[in-house]
Amino acid sequence: MFEAFAAATIAMATPILLAALGELLVERAGVINIGIEGAMLAGAFAAIAVAHATGGALAGVAAAIGAGAAINAIFAFVAVNLAVNQVVAGTAIDLLATGLTGVLYQRLFGATGRAFTVTPMRSIELGPLVRLPVIGRALFDQSALVYLALALVPAIAWIIGRSRFGLRLRAAGERPEAADALGLGVYRLRWIALLASGVLSGLGGAYLTLAYADTFVEGISAGRGYVALAVVIVGRWNAWGVAAASLMFGGAIALQFVLQATAATIPYQLFLALPYLLTVAVLALAGGQADAPSALGEPYVRP
Amino acid sequence: MRRLLAAALRPAGAIGCALGVVAIALALLGASPVAVAADLADGAFGNWIAFTDTLARATPLVFCGLAVAIAFHGALWNIGADGQLIVGALAAGAIGPALGGWPHTLAIAAIIGAGGLAGAIWGGLAGWLRARRNVNEVISTIMLNFIAAQLLSWAVHGPLMEPSGAFPASRKIAAAARLQLYFPPSRVNLAMLFALALAAVCEFGLFRTAPGFELRALGRNRRASAFFGVPIARLTAGAMALSGMLAGFGGAVQISAITHRLYETISPGWGYEAIAVALVARLSPLGIVPAALLFGALDNGSQAMQRADGISPQLVYVIQALVIIALLAFDASAAGGWREAFGAGAPAEPNAGAEGGDV
Repeated sequence: MFEAFAAATIAMATPILLAALGELLVERAGVINIGIEGAMLAGAFAAIAVAHATGGALAGVAAAIGAGAAINAIFAFVAVNLAVNQVVAGTAIDLLATGLTGVLYQRLFGATGRAFTVTPMRSIELGPLVRLPVIGRALFDQSALVYLALALVPAIAWIIGRSRFGLRLRAAGERPEAADALGLGVYRLRWIALLASGVLSGLGGAYLTLAYADTFVEGISAGRGYVALAVVIVGRWNAWGVAAASLMFGGAIALQFVLQATAATIPYQLFLALPYLLTVAVLALAGGQADAPSALGEPYVRP
Repeated sequence: MRRLLAAALRPAGAIGCALGVVAIALALLGASPVAVAADLADGAFGNWIAFTDTLARATPLVFCGLAVAIAFHGALWNIGADGQLIVGALAAGAIGPALGGWPHTLAIAAIIGAGGLAGAIWGGLAGWLRARRNVNEVISTIMLNFIAAQLLSWAVHGPLMEPSGAFPASRKIAAAARLQLYFPPSRVNLAMLFALALAAVCEFGLFRTAPGFELRALGRNRRASAFFGVPIARLTAGAMALSGMLAGFGGAVQISAITHRLYETISPGWGYEAIAVALVARLSPLGIVPAALLFGALDNGSQAMQRADGISPQLVYVIQALVIIALLAFDASAAGGWREAFGAGAPAEPNAGAEGGDV
């Protein structure tokens, strides 16, 4: 039971972690991107559509990266270059991805919604580590995307905290005027962060369709992008915190698989609502935005 | 009149751009844009029933559009009108069956009041979290949307489920609590007038009263408002509660006039669509009415479009998204943002878009 729960937690946490690490970069650069849900959804659809057409999961993953980056490029142009309200622009991006994937899905596969069939991504066993108790299979018998997500945590922590690029990124998020005055190119930094986030959100989407569900249903991202936004806040804008918060939310989602069988008297909707209830509760307790980048959400207009 | 035309110019241009892009996309998908447009228009306005159905579909959009506009004026980004509408419908559907012995007017007031109260609590919760716990209302309202949807699902599968029903739906509300439908089989009802009246009240409240002024000042510049003694916390919580109440009315009215019972899919995403409605209306409460009609017509026509052309009604989401993006781009260009975007360096209007006053 604990083994199954640990495996489900990792499986549920991975797409959230991928998306949240991207959003972390974006927010440290001073941008809040609600459209992350749309980038995930576009990635999920592109991944399975291309994998279905070519028969190769790798081509699907590449398509997801492209779709996520393309969606974020639209957002970046509107929110960064045109300096419009980021929340409204992000909402439009979500609507766009919902509509596009819905229309294309019906157009390609008929109104009856004939299911996609793809060969799922194989999981890769990491030698004897798999035999570790409880966490063995959960951590070391997973798809490559899980290992990538886990490896990205220290990598992004280092990039933000230690690298020259990370320093510039933080400058763009804290004092964009000062960063611009130093010739750091606030627009360019925010674009780079958004494109990287598009790639990671696309990968998170690809994980949903190619490694987890092996199929596509409309709205498959099911709010995971929004949860990723909350994860960044709960994780106090720090890669390690984001990883811990992703695991917590992954665990909250995984709980339904474990508890539904044993506690049939509890309505299943409570389990489905749990990650969202948890988000509100944690934000209410952990509160605020004290650790948030100073210029978060403020459009920067070059003077 | 000229001012009105000038105000409508940018939204009209944005809608034109969005439809143009969608027409090209449809052609690429192998559908005829002309045929699709004709079927859409026919489905929305082709006959008396189609026309009145468009009115019926626009009604919840007016309520939610007003909810969004009120909050956005205070730079409170309420993405939660959908959840607020759902809990409004839930409250109405829960008390509706119990109103059997009540006089008609009282029953109507009770069912709509219950919906408004539930919506106010749902929106007010996000407002309180923002005011007192500094929780970003964008995140909390989105989360409350998902929670409301699960709450509704549980209610229609559990405590409120019709005992004999095969589908997950609640019992029908009492006849006394149903708004009368005129000109049957059309679904014209008094809720449409109620929506119009609320639009007028919101217009007056926002632009002719002290709290309305304070809310708009808060939206323009939070720091200056605090300096001038605007009660920020009370205003934030109050505006979000009011916003939620308007959306909650929309849910209750939908139960009272149209469906008479709760279903899991009571809202097709009106709360999100309302953001496009409010922006097209330039956040003007009176402007919400024609904007809601336009989007109601698109929704209604999209059903006919699916039957005739096999295009998913989700095309409407694409249109909504493109309208919002085009409007944002037009506004940015008016503020000098386009020159900025390409680095010509002319200073834009100070604070254009910053502090959230302009969207």
